[in-house]
Amino acid sequence: MNFIMAWRNIWRHPRRSILTIAAIVFATMLLVFMLSWQFGAYDTMIDATVKIHTGHIQIQAQGYQDQRDMRKVVPDPNEIERILTSLRGVKSYTFRAEDFSLVSSENRTYGVLVIGIDPQKEPSVSTLEDMIRRGRFLEAGDRRSALAGEILADNLNSPVGGDLVLLGQGRDGSIAATVLTIKGIFNTGQDEFDRTMIHIPLEYFQELYNMRGAVHMAVVLCDSLTAVPAVKERIAGALSGIDSSLAVLDWKELNPGLVQAIQMDLVSGFIFYLILIIVVAFSIMNTFLMAVFERTREFGVMMSMGMGPGRLMGLLLMESLGITLIGVVIGTIAGAAVTWYFQIHGMVIPGAEEVARQFGLPERMFPQLSFLSIAVGAGIVLILTVLSALYPAFKVKGLKPVEALSAV
Amino acid sequence: MILKLAWRNIWRNRRRTAVILTAIVIGLWAMVFLSALMRGIADRMVKNAISTMTGHIKIYHAGYRNDPVIENRIENPGEIKNILQSLPAVRQFTSRIRVNAVAANARHSGGVTLVGIHPGREAGISFTGDAVTEGEYLKDEESQGILVGRALLEKYETRIGHKLVLMSRDASGEIASRAFRIRGIYDAELESTERQFVFVNLAAAQEMLGVNGDVTEFSLLIDDYEEAAAVAASVGRRFDGDDLAVYSWKELLPLVVAVLKMYDGFILFWFAAVFIAIAFGLVNTILMAVFERIREFGLMRALGMKPSFVVAEVSAESFFLLFIGTVAGNLLGAASVAALSQRGIDLSAFAKGIEFAGMSRIIFPVLELGDILTADAAVLVLGMAVGLYPAIRAARFSPVEAMVHM
Repeated sequence: MNFIMAWRNIWRHPRRSILTIAAIVFATMLLVFMLSWQFGAYDTMIDATVKIHTGHIQIQAQGYQDQRDMRKVVPDPNEIERILTSLRGVKSYTFRAEDFSLVSSENRTYGVLVIGIDPQKEPSVSTLEDMIRRGRFLEAGDRRSALAGEILADNLNSPVGGDLVLLGQGRDGSIAATVLTIKGIFNTGQDEFDRTMIHIPLEYFQELYNMRGAVHMAVVLCDSLTAVPAVKERIAGALSGIDSSLAVLDWKELNPGLVQAIQMDLVSGFIFYLILIIVVAFSIMNTFLMAVFERTREFGVMMSMGMGPGRLMGLLLMESLGITLIGVVIGTIAGAAVTWYFQIHGMVIPGAEEVARQFGLPERMFPQLSFLSIAVGAGIVLILTVLSALYPAFKVKGLKPVEALSAV
Repeated sequence: MILKLAWRNIWRNRRRTAVILTAIVIGLWAMVFLSALMRGIADRMVKNAISTMTGHIKIYHAGYRNDPVIENRIENPGEIKNILQSLPAVRQFTSRIRVNAVAANARHSGGVTLVGIHPGREAGISFTGDAVTEGEYLKDEESQGILVGRALLEKYETRIGHKLVLMSRDASGEIASRAFRIRGIYDAELESTERQFVFVNLAAAQEMLGVNGDVTEFSLLIDDYEEAAAVAASVGRRFDGDDLAVYSWKELLPLVVAVLKMYDGFILFWFAAVFIAIAFGLVNTILMAVFERIREFGLMRALGMKPSFVVAEVSAESFFLLFIGTVAGNLLGAASVAALSQRGIDLSAFAKGIEFAGMSRIIFPVLELGDILTADAAVLVLGMAVGLYPAIRAARFSPVEAMVHM
């Protein structure tokens, strides 16, 4: 019976209830959309970073990640390959080796990171092949060939087909020197990459830098981001029996900046939402409060007919809960609908293209509707609104029937 | 009389007024404070980028920006210096040599940007002057010393007093190399800066590269950095015909400008969201206040008050609520900003993340009059507009209908 009474009471003042519901709908919609947006951006960001370069998991020598010391190598890639091919959850993998070297064209010299990649395996792990703007990707059997970043190629004044003199230091301290031909020019959109990197075939790298068959890292792509921890554990387990000098790093350890930037964005986002919802909660509290005061007489009548204060409170809470639930449900549906629309059509934030590009993001962004974004968005609104309804409900507890009856 | 009536009315139900005022105050505070926070981040970002070897205005050889090599250098720095000294808009300037180089020691090698500076003139223009936290700053006549960033020092596993060899192509196209001794270590806002720039004396760089007194850039500071584009244009006219290009910081730092634009959009979005949240509460509160007083309005109408009077009276009530809330919210926001102006907000816990986002480690909120006025105007004007709904509602009660209302 309480339920029916609460429901009727809500609609006794339709205008007030609708306005209150509208406020809740607005807050829920905004939250669901913004959270989906944030989570979508994070996914895109992680995905882009992982696919441009680092992969989900890397196997490196202990300490290589911090020091990038040429001599800290993964000595036997064949053994690693045997492990990786047999592991569940590993989608693809490749090997890389890298070192800093001097690269000169006819009249320009730059220090660059030279990366040895496997022309056949690399495309299954990174998007490098799709980033080729001119010329072609490396092919099996290529030897003195290189892919250069677009900015670097411009700086070197070297087009596709141009020759580069490379001068570096091998694993054993010997001099590594050769002439390379630019086969392709890539543009990742991230200036840092496009300015500082060239890629050459891994086999040729190993020869040139006297690697004696060793590489610097195995780069692994998993079936999905969520599978990473399990796969990491499996790889670590398989390695522990063989070589204790190797470390297994996941994308979080490989991109600490990205992870913290996401955390920071989440924290600041939550502060923003919290403030917004507090503002909404105060408006809602006012409505509830007024509804209670207006009805003092009514409560007096009910109490003198034997309704205990506890039950009265329950009734009021049920009323506010009803309003909140209606608002949250409509807001969630509307928010999901808006999000869904942009999830299909994408959205361009004017002026943000340049910024997005530098973080490896596409211009057109897609929010990502997920159970998490809906649950968190609706949950926050629900909790805060119910909390704001507690105070008015407690107010009736101290009500005395006689006094209440004489109230206007 | 309208004002008096409205003023009394809002205080008739103190609790209701207090609650809605709280909502407005929190909303305004949030607008003022968070926009100040974002402006603070943006402000630091701009200042940091400007002090990282950019300055407000830069003069290059016309080809240097697209192809930053020693061939594209300025070969008449003396003349330019004389002209710059004669320009009143230019507060301070210095000249530099800046080229890509390779830095190597026994253990490591890597790409860096070699910057040859006038230690004395540089100090007030870029961050270098007060960033040296260990060892000492470059002295004027010293040809051996080099300043490196802390991150570079750690990467190279070296320390003060040790040697660092720099290699770069000289003016004749040969690889020039020269050994320097680490004199001092600087700390910069961003680790990427610490890894990128190494500083030596201008004369030492000129000697190493064989350019005999030439430089690759002039960096200028002016009084108001917002005016940079206009001043750059007028400086550019002085060098017409020379093979020089003059850029303002906005042209040199397109990414920073893009971030600023994004922040502008975000602040407006934030204002809109908070305003809508306030608006619902405001309309509801006024509406309740109106419905409580149906009889009263009926009486007023019966006594001959025009509907327009009722609209004005109810609008005055919204105005009072909005006005008090706005003033209090502004004061609270300003107070929060003032409270943080000494210490700032320390984001060191997210050191790697802010590095990634290109932000600085400590944020000082900055109040911008434009933002405050926008927030206030939006809340007051739009608030009054949505407040019209309950006001018109109140004016529509016919006297008879209203009088019989219980």
